[in-house]
Amino acid sequence: MALLEIRDVVKKFGDFTAVNHVSLSIEAGEFFTLLGPSGCGKTTLLRMLAGFEKPDHGQIILDGQDMAHVPPEKRPVHTVFQNYALFPHMTVAQNIAFPLKMEQRPEAEIKAMVQEALEDVRLQQFATRFPHELSGGQRQRVAIARALVSRPRLLLLDEPLSALDAKLREQMQIELITLQKEVGVTFVYVTHDQGEALALSHRIAVMNKGKVEQLDVPETIYSYPKNRFVADFIGQCNLLDATVTEIGAERMKIEIAGVGIAEAQKVEGIEIGTKGALSLRPEKIKLGVTLPADDADEVHFKGQVHDCLYLGDVTIYIIELENGTLVETMLPNSDPGKAKFFDDNDLVELAWRFDAGHFLPV
Amino acid sequence: MAHSKHTTKWLISGPPLLYLLIFFAIPSLIMAFAAFRFPGDYGGLMPLVSTSDAGASTWLINQNNWREFLTLENFLRFVEDKVYVELFIKSFWYAGLTTLVCLVMAYPLAWLIARSARKTRDLLVLLVILPFWSNFLIRVYAWMIILGPQSYFSSTLNKVLAVFGIEPVSLLFSQFAVIVGLVYVHLPFMVLPLYANLEKHDMTLLDAAQDLGANAWQRFWKVTWPLSLPGVWAGVALVFIPALGMFAIPDLLGGTNSMMVGNLIKQQFLDSRDWPFGSVLSIMLTLTVLLLAAIASWAGSRHKKKGKK
Repeated sequence: MALLEIRDVVKKFGDFTAVNHVSLSIEAGEFFTLLGPSGCGKTTLLRMLAGFEKPDHGQIILDGQDMAHVPPEKRPVHTVFQNYALFPHMTVAQNIAFPLKMEQRPEAEIKAMVQEALEDVRLQQFATRFPHELSGGQRQRVAIARALVSRPRLLLLDEPLSALDAKLREQMQIELITLQKEVGVTFVYVTHDQGEALALSHRIAVMNKGKVEQLDVPETIYSYPKNRFVADFIGQCNLLDATVTEIGAERMKIEIAGVGIAEAQKVEGIEIGTKGALSLRPEKIKLGVTLPADDADEVHFKGQVHDCLYLGDVTIYIIELENGTLVETMLPNSDPGKAKFFDDNDLVELAWRFDAGHFLPV
Repeated sequence: MAHSKHTTKWLISGPPLLYLLIFFAIPSLIMAFAAFRFPGDYGGLMPLVSTSDAGASTWLINQNNWREFLTLENFLRFVEDKVYVELFIKSFWYAGLTTLVCLVMAYPLAWLIARSARKTRDLLVLLVILPFWSNFLIRVYAWMIILGPQSYFSSTLNKVLAVFGIEPVSLLFSQFAVIVGLVYVHLPFMVLPLYANLEKHDMTLLDAAQDLGANAWQRFWKVTWPLSLPGVWAGVALVFIPALGMFAIPDLLGGTNSMMVGNLIKQQFLDSRDWPFGSVLSIMLTLTVLLLAAIASWAGSRHKKKGKK
């Protein structure tokens, strides 16, 4: 049985439904992420796990025990808050000792556990400092150490890295993964940053308007988004309007509006005439002045360079297809000192494998 | 550059320093000096300078006769008669009790105000300071009516007591009435600093404490209370010190046994016209308060150091 089971949970604030019939289960030891835009209900769901909000409907079952009547202080669940919420009148060591003192553990044991927690987050020499004497990243580590020190069954992290700058955030991501492996505590991580979710998680639940749109491992979420919302929200994605024209055994043909017929992987539950969109990641598209047309699995189109965006490691090329549709593609800048391979208005060819894209029925 | 910076510093701090010098330092020194002098024949102080009809002044005090003008007798009088020390202790007890009652009453009130919606909050703060809009003596007289034997409050209380077979009590002119009056007058001075402090508290700290296993009681004592201590100390100082020197309330609401040190000082200056002894009492009061503050601050810093260890 899963460590945590969320069964058909609903939470309303007045007329607004923050969480709308969500069911999911999380296994012990998992790094699970709730991903979605602000207002999608991910934080409300997290607060229900912590016990700060009560579900209007449904059950939250942790370790086989219904949490309905268990107050936050009695749950084996700890939270890392977005603003860290460190106690400003306590030193780093006192902050970390807080949950242990609440459990009334013996003084000697507390001391040893705090020492170990400080080592886990490499803050040994900061034990006697106060939170205001620490940098953002250090505060973050104290918050994590404090939440983990008594080894809760579940650690909830509410956008913990959002206050850090990009470089520090990347470093903390690596630390989080390492720490989670080390302590083996189940993490439930809330973020609106898709990159962070993909980098950290074992599984991701993409949420929108109170519902889970897709729940899967990161590579599936990225490569096979279930619908337009997920495709659009996760990473950069071209969405080309298309209609199904032919259905084969494993493949089907679609007509991309105003561009032409393309082969695509068959999707369940469609028929001829089904309208939808082909989702295509920029990096899956080949780009060249001419491309060899010897691979029958490839789809070819012509276009013209509309715009280039030099990002350093890659350059993004916006290609205008014959009907005016803009498609985003990218090429790594593998030639030293060269910013781009094409100039504006160059005529180019695009190609992608039939299974590079993914047809999303409306 | 350094010079102009220096000048600016003095220009800015000059006026308040001058103000403090004229209205605080010099009067305090005059009072301290008065404590060592003899009272005059008709009250006040025995003159050190004589002024002739023509307006010329000559010093009466000189190297040889200064013992006739300066004395420690006033201090000895304070130390020798235990009445005065007892009065001091009683005054500290009254002021301390007042401070404690104010704190216990003001804390929940300040918390409630700090946690209410913005609009309600402003209204509630206004209600707290509203009594200041009417005269202090009038408000104390109102209490004389409320606590008086004819009042509905007193008669109802006595009726209830009679049910239990207890003799009727007189509320007015008692220690009880003095404490009620002191608490009433000083309550806003406790509410406002506490409110100003509690209003700034970060509520996610309480969420964090609860999340980490603290129940309501622990959340208060481990988080809210220690973080509110600056507000508590401000309120304690604003209530305790004025309450200690209060004389109007014991005069109006108290009986013969509820005199405070403020009454005695007032008596020395206005009724007995013994300024030197009045000065001694004032100085001793100031010194005692300073000593208490020093002890409190020492204890506070010691506690902090212990916490750091």
